[in-house]
Amino acid sequence: MTSSKTSAKGFLLKVVRNPLFFPLMALLLLVAVNFFADPTFFKISLEPSSTGNLILSGNLISIIDNASELVILAIGMTLVTSASGGQDISVGATIAIAGSVILRFVKVLPDNVSGGRFTFVLIMSFLVCVVASALCGAFNGALVAFFKIQPMVATLILFTAGRSIAAWINNNDNISINDARFGFFGNFIPGIPVPTPVFITAICLIVIALVLKFTNLRLYAQSVGINASSSRLNGINPKFIKLLSFIILGVCVAVCGFIKVSRTSSITYSVIANNIEMDAILAVALGGNNLGGGKFNLTASVIGAYVIQFLTTTLFKFKVSSSEISAYKAVVVILLIIISSPFVRKWFADMGNKIRAKKQANVGKEVN
Amino acid sequence: MKKFVKMLVSSAVIGAMAFGMCACTQTTPTQAPTAAPTDGTTAATEAPTDAPAADGLIKVGIINNDPNESGYRTANDRDMKETFTEENGYEASFFYSLKNEDQIAAAQKFIQDEVDYLLISAAGTSGWDGVLEQAQKAGIKVILFDRTIDADESLYEASIVSDMAKEGQQAVDWLASQNLSEYKIVHIQGVMGSSAQIGRSGALDDKVAAEANWSIVTQQTAEWSEETAQQIVQAVIDSGETFNVIYAENDNMAKGAVAALDKANISHGVGKDVIVIGFDCNTWALEELLAGNWNYDGQCNPFQAAYIDDIIKNGVTTKVVIMDEKGFDATTITADDVANYGI
Amino acid sequence: MEAGAILEMRGICKYFPGVRALEKVDFTLREGEIHALMGENGAGKSTLIKVLTGVYPKDGGDVKLLGTPVHIKSPQDAQNAGIATVYQEITLCPNLTVAENMYIGRTKGPLTNWRKINADADHLLDELGIPASAKDQLGNCSIAVQQMVAIARAVDMDCKVLILDEPTSSLDEQEVQKLFKLMRDLKSKGVGIIFVTHFLEQVYEVCDRITVLRDGMLVGEYIIEDLPRVQLVSKMLGKDFDDMAEIKSDSDAEKVDYNGTPVYQAINLTGTTGIKPFNFEIHKGEVNGFTGLLGSGRSESVRAIFGADRVIAGDVKINGKAVKIRKPLDAMKCGISYLPEDRKNDGIVGDLSVRDNIILALQVMKGFFKPFSRAQAEKFADKYIKLLNIKTASQDTPIKSLSGGNQQKVILARWLLANPQYLILDEPTRGIDVGTKVEIQKLVLKLAAEGKSVTFISSEIDEMIRTCSRLVVMRDGKVVGELKDDDLNQNKIMATIAGGESNDIQ
Repeated sequence: MTSSKTSAKGFLLKVVRNPLFFPLMALLLLVAVNFFADPTFFKISLEPSSTGNLILSGNLISIIDNASELVILAIGMTLVTSASGGQDISVGATIAIAGSVILRFVKVLPDNVSGGRFTFVLIMSFLVCVVASALCGAFNGALVAFFKIQPMVATLILFTAGRSIAAWINNNDNISINDARFGFFGNFIPGIPVPTPVFITAICLIVIALVLKFTNLRLYAQSVGINASSSRLNGINPKFIKLLSFIILGVCVAVCGFIKVSRTSSITYSVIANNIEMDAILAVALGGNNLGGGKFNLTASVIGAYVIQFLTTTLFKFKVSSSEISAYKAVVVILLIIISSPFVRKWFADMGNKIRAKKQANVGKEVN
Repeated sequence: MKKFVKMLVSSAVIGAMAFGMCACTQTTPTQAPTAAPTDGTTAATEAPTDAPAADGLIKVGIINNDPNESGYRTANDRDMKETFTEENGYEASFFYSLKNEDQIAAAQKFIQDEVDYLLISAAGTSGWDGVLEQAQKAGIKVILFDRTIDADESLYEASIVSDMAKEGQQAVDWLASQNLSEYKIVHIQGVMGSSAQIGRSGALDDKVAAEANWSIVTQQTAEWSEETAQQIVQAVIDSGETFNVIYAENDNMAKGAVAALDKANISHGVGKDVIVIGFDCNTWALEELLAGNWNYDGQCNPFQAAYIDDIIKNGVTTKVVIMDEKGFDATTITADDVANYGI
Repeated sequence: MEAGAILEMRGICKYFPGVRALEKVDFTLREGEIHALMGENGAGKSTLIKVLTGVYPKDGGDVKLLGTPVHIKSPQDAQNAGIATVYQEITLCPNLTVAENMYIGRTKGPLTNWRKINADADHLLDELGIPASAKDQLGNCSIAVQQMVAIARAVDMDCKVLILDEPTSSLDEQEVQKLFKLMRDLKSKGVGIIFVTHFLEQVYEVCDRITVLRDGMLVGEYIIEDLPRVQLVSKMLGKDFDDMAEIKSDSDAEKVDYNGTPVYQAINLTGTTGIKPFNFEIHKGEVNGFTGLLGSGRSESVRAIFGADRVIAGDVKINGKAVKIRKPLDAMKCGISYLPEDRKNDGIVGDLSVRDNIILALQVMKGFFKPFSRAQAEKFADKYIKLLNIKTASQDTPIKSLSGGNQQKVILARWLLANPQYLILDEPTRGIDVGTKVEIQKLVLKLAAEGKSVTFISSEIDEMIRTCSRLVVMRDGKVVGELKDDDLNQNKIMATIAGGESNDIQ
């Protein structure tokens, strides 16, 4: 913390070394590309929807809205990555389970049920869904922590079986909730022009920020991820911390599942949140977090999640044809990952070092 | 350890599926497969005693895809289960997998069990020759349904398929009959390379290429996902472009597209600004049609069981049976149609 | 060119941001000599070797090999030039065979004649007297043999210069002797060996010449006979003082009341790691030690005391009160601290900052829901960085980028901050420089004088004699004797470790 006289170059180096630098750069790049291609990309308008509700719309709103689930997942995935040194690939399937659980309870409500009863059932079903998701997380976590199975292998079980379980919960029925109130949480609450998932995301971010501030979760998770053996000898229970990280991810999944089914008031077991696990892992990677565990930066992961959604929307906007869209995404992702890789970071740092070393060498010559 | 995990995975999957199956059969409302030709249905219900098997039951081994794969498959599986019952003169065993190898292994097992008929909806098109030859040697007759395979025609009795291109063509013909002065189409595709996508995209692509007043505003894949479809249409709306047709290659994607229209207060349905076209004839989708919120829904007929039943009991007439595919217009659809054809 | 010189380095300079790692350093290696490179941690030994082997580019100076100037830009260059390096940590592949390890990277792809290679390898191993066979899997060999295989690999590549960087730190006495025999054999074949180590005895046993570095500068080059130990130490530290005497006088000051209630007492403590049930007690202000050969169970015993491994039976009393210690946290709450033997795997949390590493134990004891404020943590870290004179760029520096001695000080700081009544130090002085070793020994005696109880374990019996007032001797997982007062001398200890007449306490 001795920054009494940092030179311009030193400052630049500090900026480059900041974990937020690369995800922010990626975001800025996307903003710039869109701005020069079409400045109206960023237009936001306030217009009534078909229900007569005044709502904000525009690409930016779409991005922030649609990124919600990914952002919430990125929180949990970052913690799991940090503590266990691996990733959970079952989150998409578990979202299907979580959504299915909620619909199991809400679908039996009559269409014109009173507000009080509706709220009660909704809260109860959400709590059951949180418990179910947390149990799924605990299952994964137990396999990882106690049976020492690699996270990806352990979560492969639910990855494979999850969607079938989700379908089984509701007898494989097509469910459509007709009560408009159910859709508030994935869309808009009448009278509020901002999409509800944005608020839910904000709440999740505030909660995790408070948790990190008022508990030692960060220290414990990082210690366990870096060196489980030392952590144990310092009184930390590594197994419990790994389990805990998976349970927290489970809770994140429950929230995502709720938003997802609320968005459409229905569920397609085989398609809901398809491949979202890959995007969530990518968000963690884009945040410059080491996928092998240890130190983490949650803010960077969150920005990573927004970058991914920004990219998706940009590709839609540019009307990249269906057969090419995967290729485009792959290329962009490869670029982003390479730029934020430790290798390139080190290269940047080395460049800085070289400049300094040269200076020092000159100083040395002068002295002698 | 790996073996242990694999075992866990497979047992978990099988367990979950088994539960799913039981649950389905228990709660399915009885619904006759009315899509079948009438003579077939009557034959099936009137002549169960013609069955040649010793104990009076025809043994069939049915190899299908995972019923959770889609609403189509769920309906298809229910239809099979309802048709191949003991009352109908059958002893049916089912096997489900989305993997070709697993399906082939299951076929071999069915051959060992000496079934009379092998009914296959193959996950992949190749690799079936060997097992079909075995079946032929064992005197087991093979009927393919829903999906064809790359094997010599002599190896199977018959193949009952949907013609996806026909489905697409019917929808495009219907759209052309609306006589709009200009067609500006948002085309939302399914998973690229799937037969449904190829068939349903093909007809539209040809028409757009041929007609001057038909144009594509955007053509993107939502991979059958409702939310992705919504995002795609949202992006089109946000960029301020106009369009008057949504051509979505399944009902879910049509629903997602409509959600985006609703958000932007763009009217859709019969006599409104945007024409909405979906596929698969989900019950809820047909209800949207009935309410006039959508305009057209194309069927992908999942009810092959009656055709198969007819072939088993009355013999083969043609090698390749192409099923009837209906298309429903919001202006003419009836509540009966919804009840009969909804899946 | 100096007669007989294989390697000449002149005026080598190397700079890192904010640090002059090497400033005009000269180094000469002659044919058929073993040359010790000495200096405290941070003196520039590792940097010099990394410059020589092409890991770091040099910022000034010349390197000549057999009189010809060479430019070594990568480890591959160094290898091609005949400079081979064997590092402290084995850098071979444990899942390959011995022969595969020896020839990896030098085979002709799919056309390799493995039968011939295996034969060659066996021949070479035999010639060098290495007790291994070509087809053994390397991971199944002892660490010493693995080290020797690494050397054999180097020898087979016709090296002229062999660099051994701390090769002996994980070997026991017998293994060290085998390694020295191999080194002498190579020396007689004309190979020049650069030997980096912290063990003074070993330097005097095997080396011909010593080059001493300090703070990135050359102190001087000496023939071994001309430089007695005390002088070597003073050259490395840069000042004249006789620590041994100083420590001795300190230790005389301690007075322990052996009749009071022990701070810690264990009866029939039984672990699952292969040690026999044992009794142990320690009093207020006492420094005791566990000694024995590697694998005798001394580390396992203290791990059982701390609850680091599973304890299945035995009664434990703290200040006369019965307690249950099942896991490290239980021990910590009873006021026991444990500095583990394996610093890298059990001690440091590498990527975490020095600050987080210091507060870790106290923070865990305080509780999951009660994190220290940033200001408080900084205050703690600041205090101990000053107190133990930890050399680090800042509190935020990851601990893994510190030198070994400073890492050890950080771990010490962590346990001192936890303010234990009983402190267990398992090999706190291993692999660190002489200066820090002395500091740690002094600290132990100071803590005892303040009334804390300390268990001190070291492979160097000298250190144990200087610091401990009582020694528990172990052999084959069993306590075989307890030595105090007049019995605390090298001969008696050796005799007890080796067996024969021993005053068994059981």
